[in-house]
Amino acid sequence: MRFETNLRRALGLGSAKSGVHSWIMQRFTAIALIPLSLWFVGIFILHLKAPFDISYRQFSSPWTMTLSVFFILVMFYHGYLGLKVILEDYIPHELTKWLLIMLTKFFSLFMALLAIVSLFRIFLK
Amino acid sequence: MRSLLKKKRPLSPHLQVYKIQITSLLSIMHRGTGIVLYGGAILWTLWFVALAEGPHAYVEMQNFLLSPFGLMMLVGWSFSFFYHLCNGIRHLMWDLGLGYDMSTVRLSGGLVVVTSLLLSCIAWMIGIWAGGNYT
Repeated sequence: MRFETNLRRALGLGSAKSGVHSWIMQRFTAIALIPLSLWFVGIFILHLKAPFDISYRQFSSPWTMTLSVFFILVMFYHGYLGLKVILEDYIPHELTKWLLIMLTKFFSLFMALLAIVSLFRIFLK
Repeated sequence: MRSLLKKKRPLSPHLQVYKIQITSLLSIMHRGTGIVLYGGAILWTLWFVALAEGPHAYVEMQNFLLSPFGLMMLVGWSFSFFYHLCNGIRHLMWDLGLGYDMSTVRLSGGLVVVTSLLLSCIAWMIGIWAGGNYT
């Protein structure tokens, strides 16, 4: 159903038609994060005081490794979408808003890659 | 004309106008804890980097996390995690169309706060128990 005239659409005043994807992905990643984050917080709590060797060995299993990479990707995607919504809500200046969103996107991707590269270095040794 | 109309479009939500209620407080906390968790995700990444670097960097990271400042951060992070998790499930229920009447909203809100505090305590008890096994 459309609630706007063609003129309003042409002027760019209506829905951008791309928000639904973000909204759905926010929920998909949220659902995936329920078991993943609980599992990972568990690992982290158990290894907080663990000696190096024990923590290192934890990530030598292909199952732990795959789940970790999956977790990192989903977590930073969810985080990026969340920060994006906050920026969209609270930064009124268009250019500043889009620059910050772009920066958040690059930073999230960079952090996810950094974590994954580190995990591979542990796994492949 | 276009820029004039665009400038007048409303931005949500006006934090300073409304009186704080349990519903709005929990909603603001959901965003707040979300930001804290993003910081936690960065810390997690740095923990992986330290682990990949070797024993020396790992021990340095561990000492930082177990210092008074590090522990304070971890306590804040753990509560933020369990709060965001519980309230996130509450949000997913709303997305399914469940629990919208005011009494249920207040009840589930209280439940979220109590459960997340409880889960944080359990997590720290497990953490202290696990830590005791290594020393």
